[in-house]
Amino acid sequence: MAYPSPLNELATRVAETRPDRLNQAFPRLTAEEKDKLLHEYHPDYRADTFSTLRVGPNAGDRTPRELALLLEGESLLKGTNIALDHPDYDCDVLVIGGGGAGCAAALIAEDLGAKVLVATKLRLGDANTMMAQGGIQAADKENDSPAIHYLDVLGGGHFANIPELVETLVTDAPEAIQWLEELGVMFDKNPDGSMKTIHGGGTSRKRMHTARDYTGAEIMRTLRDEVKSRPQITVLEFSPAVELLTDSTGATTGAVLLNLNLSGNAFSRDYHYTVVRAKTVIIATGGSGRLHYQGFPTSNHYGATGDGLVLAYRAGARLAFIDTMQYHPTGVAYPQQIIGQLVTEKVRSLGAQLLNIDGQQFIYPLETRDVVASAIIRECQQGKGVVTPGNISGVWLDTPMIEILRGPGTVKKELPAMVRQFARFGIELDKEPILVYPTLHYQNGGVAIDPDCRTNVPFLFVAGEASGGVHGRNRLMGNSLLDVIVFGRRAGAAAAQNARARGSNLELTLKHLEKWDQELQKQRIAPATKSPLILPDYTKKEA
Amino acid sequence: MAENMIDIYIMGEHHRVPDSLTILQALEYAGYRLIRGVGCRGGFCGACATVYRVVGDYHLKFALACQTKVEPNMQLAMIPYFPAHQPRYRLSELKGTAQEVLDIYPEMLTCYGCNTCTKSCPQEIDVLGYVSAIVRGDIPLAADISFDCIMCGLCVSRCPAELVKHHAALLCRRIYGKFLAPRSEHLKQRIQEIKSGKFNAAIAELKNMPQAELKKLYANRDIEPEE
Repeated sequence: MAYPSPLNELATRVAETRPDRLNQAFPRLTAEEKDKLLHEYHPDYRADTFSTLRVGPNAGDRTPRELALLLEGESLLKGTNIALDHPDYDCDVLVIGGGGAGCAAALIAEDLGAKVLVATKLRLGDANTMMAQGGIQAADKENDSPAIHYLDVLGGGHFANIPELVETLVTDAPEAIQWLEELGVMFDKNPDGSMKTIHGGGTSRKRMHTARDYTGAEIMRTLRDEVKSRPQITVLEFSPAVELLTDSTGATTGAVLLNLNLSGNAFSRDYHYTVVRAKTVIIATGGSGRLHYQGFPTSNHYGATGDGLVLAYRAGARLAFIDTMQYHPTGVAYPQQIIGQLVTEKVRSLGAQLLNIDGQQFIYPLETRDVVASAIIRECQQGKGVVTPGNISGVWLDTPMIEILRGPGTVKKELPAMVRQFARFGIELDKEPILVYPTLHYQNGGVAIDPDCRTNVPFLFVAGEASGGVHGRNRLMGNSLLDVIVFGRRAGAAAAQNARARGSNLELTLKHLEKWDQELQKQRIAPATKSPLILPDYTKKEA
Repeated sequence: MAENMIDIYIMGEHHRVPDSLTILQALEYAGYRLIRGVGCRGGFCGACATVYRVVGDYHLKFALACQTKVEPNMQLAMIPYFPAHQPRYRLSELKGTAQEVLDIYPEMLTCYGCNTCTKSCPQEIDVLGYVSAIVRGDIPLAADISFDCIMCGLCVSRCPAELVKHHAALLCRRIYGKFLAPRSEHLKQRIQEIKSGKFNAAIAELKNMPQAELKKLYANRDIEPEE
């Protein structure tokens, strides 16, 4: 046992109630009960943590304070004088972001003959996609159908989802899986070739396709390898976009990138910018968990600072569902070194139960994520949580139950990444329960798109977590990996086609910034910060 | 709770940091604003591969900075980027044979089995095991053993024969996934069904359904049992 003794004693209570819980199914909540739980305990309903936007296409809408600050921020380029008439790069399709959606978009655009440039903030593939463990949904089994998948997505999203986007997601899904297979992704299969599929929270069929518990990593490293194999795709790493370029009609014509390697270090006096002229631009910058809304820890990648939303918003793109974030119910609450990191939902899919300090179940473990997260927050607020040495509260996730239900060795076989992660801190998942608390996980909203990833800004496309609408107010497990592939592919195709139809005589300006400044002045807003954020600052602070 | 402070050395410079931190957190605590050598912070991306020593011990040790706690008298160095050869190939133009892996990565045959790679792997992968499988032409085994690789490149940095193992392993996994794994008949069939419009009516019905009715349908949907 690696737990300190007070926790160790509490863990033995979990072991004591285990025989009783073996055949005990905690009842699912009714729709009314779920609704009440969400309103009382879900962070989205904490009014004091939200701000109302004052400028831009979403003026009047509420969003977390941390995001509002950046959306109403001042351009990093203000006061600089960048020559735009001799761009450093020229391409048909500029993809901003090198995660799953960006790489998928780049590959399809290249398939269609486009000259593609991928600009990414960190290394190619350093993205939330890499960290998705649980799986990717697709209704391809006999007892399942895209229509059943559709209903699950809508129910999970509280029926707020944009129907056309959901339809696209579920009907493109099997083809997305096949495309990944063709690229060499190793899905878990039975000897006859049929996909091994499991349940996720809120799924009515077992339609979660997995690659052990490295599903996202397996997809991402495959896409990255394929992108690198194509000479028609140029990749600029450590080059986040800091502003879009537009012409006098407001249409997108490229972007200004910041060269992180050359900028802001002891050897360089200035910031180094790269100007890219592009016939079409795809924003695939992912989410914003690193903004730590409401002080929550996050499961997100270091680069998840919502930059794409800021860029798009200043250029006039409308955002959707930016008042709802997903808190993954099971983030690590102990040990302290990995607080906020994800405990994949697959753990609950395999049979682990959630327990309070008394070793009692308090929620059906496979309710949708927002409902489970709310129930955990409730237990902790009502004093039924377990307080860790780091002075945060959590609840137990009874992983040894998996071994009892599914046979010895299941934990090591099905959850190798997690076993390894906890073993590093002396905790044996197959023998000891672990402590969890909700962690900021996903940006449900983003830039509003249509099924071809078009935004209201001409020639600007958005795909993946930076877009909003497909998941409504809550996303189901396995639908974000699906989202990045389905809409990444669609964005790549639409952008390549639109680039072909557009002349090469593009006007590169930052005129939209002037308009933005006028709006700020009109509203008497003095921006409190510069944006996009680019990277969080953890110096002299613990992450 | 009072922090227990320890002495560490970053790029040779002395710092005092709480002993509860990971190497990555310690670097940030010391004031480094990281651009390279940091990624997912969750042990999945391999960006924060690091090498360290402990004062008085000549051994070099290897770790992921985001997954390893600091220890007293650690001497840390970040490896922001380790150059590794990566030949270009188009998977779609391959046939999926073991020979192709050796044609693309001929240096794999020069492995002399010292096992330094395995010892340097922060994922505890049997690296030599999969290199041997590649040499023997057993792609499924190489794909299986290397599956948990996060491509940090530490094995390459230490290999006296300079093999680029992690990239060769990726090629094996891609070949396995595309050419050798059995195909899903149900997947092919479903794609056909979707293309033929089999589900259009059912989805259109859901799209046009009043929300109250949808909610009822959702609440009463049948759920596939666990077992």
